[in-house]
Amino acid sequence: MQMYDLPDSRGHFGPYGGVFVAETLVHALEELRAAYAQCREDPAFRAEFAHELKHYVGRPSPVYHARRWSDLLGGAQIYLKREDLNHTGAHKVNNTIGQALVARRMGKPRVIAETGAGQHGVATATVAARYGMECVVYMGAEDIRRQAANVYRMKLLGATVVPVESGSKTLKDALNEAMRDWVTNVANTFYIIGTVAGPHPYPMMVRDFQAVIGRECLEQMPELCGRQPDAILACVGGGSNAMGIFHPYIPHASVRLIGVEAGGLGLASGHHAASLCAGRPGVLHGNRTYLLQDAHGQIVETHSISAGLDYPGVGPEHAWLKDSGRAEYVTVTDDEALAAFHDCCHYEGIIPALESAHALAHAARIAPGMGRDRILLVNLSGRGDKDIHTVAERSGITI
Amino acid sequence: MSRIAAVFQRLAGQKRKALIPFVTAGDPAAGDAVALMHALVRAGADVIELGVPFSDPMADGPVIQRASERALRAGVSLDDVLGCVAGFRKRDGETAVVLMGYANPIEAMGAEAFARGAQAAGVDGVLVVDYPPEESAEFAALMRRHGIDMIFLLAPTSTEARIDQVARIASGYVYYVSLTGVTGAGHLDVADVGAKLAAIRARTGRLPLGVGFGIRDGESARAIGRVADAVVIGSRIIQEMEQSPQGAAAERAAALLRGIREALDRP
Repeated sequence: MQMYDLPDSRGHFGPYGGVFVAETLVHALEELRAAYAQCREDPAFRAEFAHELKHYVGRPSPVYHARRWSDLLGGAQIYLKREDLNHTGAHKVNNTIGQALVARRMGKPRVIAETGAGQHGVATATVAARYGMECVVYMGAEDIRRQAANVYRMKLLGATVVPVESGSKTLKDALNEAMRDWVTNVANTFYIIGTVAGPHPYPMMVRDFQAVIGRECLEQMPELCGRQPDAILACVGGGSNAMGIFHPYIPHASVRLIGVEAGGLGLASGHHAASLCAGRPGVLHGNRTYLLQDAHGQIVETHSISAGLDYPGVGPEHAWLKDSGRAEYVTVTDDEALAAFHDCCHYEGIIPALESAHALAHAARIAPGMGRDRILLVNLSGRGDKDIHTVAERSGITI
Repeated sequence: MSRIAAVFQRLAGQKRKALIPFVTAGDPAAGDAVALMHALVRAGADVIELGVPFSDPMADGPVIQRASERALRAGVSLDDVLGCVAGFRKRDGETAVVLMGYANPIEAMGAEAFARGAQAAGVDGVLVVDYPPEESAEFAALMRRHGIDMIFLLAPTSTEARIDQVARIASGYVYYVSLTGVTGAGHLDVADVGAKLAAIRARTGRLPLGVGFGIRDGESARAIGRVADAVVIGSRIIQEMEQSPQGAAAERAAALLRGIREALDRP
């Protein structure tokens, strides 16, 4: 495979990505692009980022052989990249640290973020406390109701949580509102986007910060099992954990890259969040990518049992990887993800995030049809403590 | 000459400024758009910016977002918006109409189909909020081939290089957003706007300059009219209609606009 050096200088991954924003945001993005280009080439920045990942996040995260579950499935060996063991319990913090360091270099004392389930909000509030920055998190009023514990976590960490009452009162509306704040307060404010979507340079910058996941795996897999895996699986909402583990493997053509989208109640039901598997290309939130939209180009409401996958778009680099055939994308329903959630608890003693359970479910689906000498590496992107109320509710239990 | 150019030429001859109201098609109710547009013209509108409803109007404030939501609940699509313009054109061949909205509904229809439909309906200009010049060269060329002016935004933060870039592909007029923020926000510094407009005019030449965002009444419109060629008023009109009793929205919007027209024309 030829050298992979996307995006181009204006943020395009083939026909996807770009900078589709109102003029009022152009200058802020230009400033960010220039600042990040400097950070990216600066050894001192890279050293500081690596230091924080090691001493604050606890990296490298281990790769773990899920031996008992693999034996029970009777096929391929399943390995788990343990991003759930990071500080704050998910991969999100890799990115918020990186962006907070860029914000500090730009002299911006205030950071803002959008959040759906609250994971990115918590990760942003965490680093804002760590670096002494003011932090405002926008969250849909409906999500605030569903995720009370994370709202309280953010407040404990000193952040202000602003309920968003417009539209569907969920993640995409929080994103719209955060953009509005940024446009109005751009002089002192840095917008920390939580996924590999949005206008350039966000998809590239977030990918770069998350790519530490895949780089570690490149070293850990040969140490642990003598070779690279046959396939890597990761869940895809916006797609940051998947992009993080996929990106360093793109030139390794023998490694299959499999993104798992939220199939919700099934694609036929219309209640899902599978932008790549069931959407069409369009323009939203500053980039061109696959979107869930109606015939008139209006963005539709999505559904997933996992709030972190409940987004109608997807990072533009995934759109490119899909079209180019380098990565494949599949769906897993709410019920299948729940079954994998319980299996992972029972057989491995690990409570996975419902997001990550989607990737686990597809691994459990394909492993039995593969030889015992085959290797599947699953990005266990977060821990599931945040989801126990959702799971209990589904089983008719009130905690 | 395009209808927009004709409007500005006529006004320049009369030493008057253009008044450009913004309303969202299908708000406050789906069937109202054509009657509302005629009422705005009777109250003194020279150009009408007609908003195409979108589910995620990222660059707009809460007032225009609510208008979009009401129109979408009423089932208004881009096809319907083109239908409104065609309906309006049956009785008005002079007032220029500019569609203002976001890229995705246009792309869903297909840029070619949109260009043909807009030209057939009598649309004079298009402002796609999330199509900055570097992402819309092809689209702008397509609009030009169909005789439609491509309107672009400039902001207080736009650099000289960007102003030049816009000047190269814009036609009709340039829309300067006077606040670094979203529609319907904050306060307005007229001296600041005047200085920035002079700097823009030095690079855009004869292209008329409209100013919007933050204009709320006759006085602010009059102040802006001294430095700009056109005054755009949007959120304030929509607010007026939101607060009107049912059935009186067009009348109240027209009354508000008439007051602004008078202030703007006062010698």
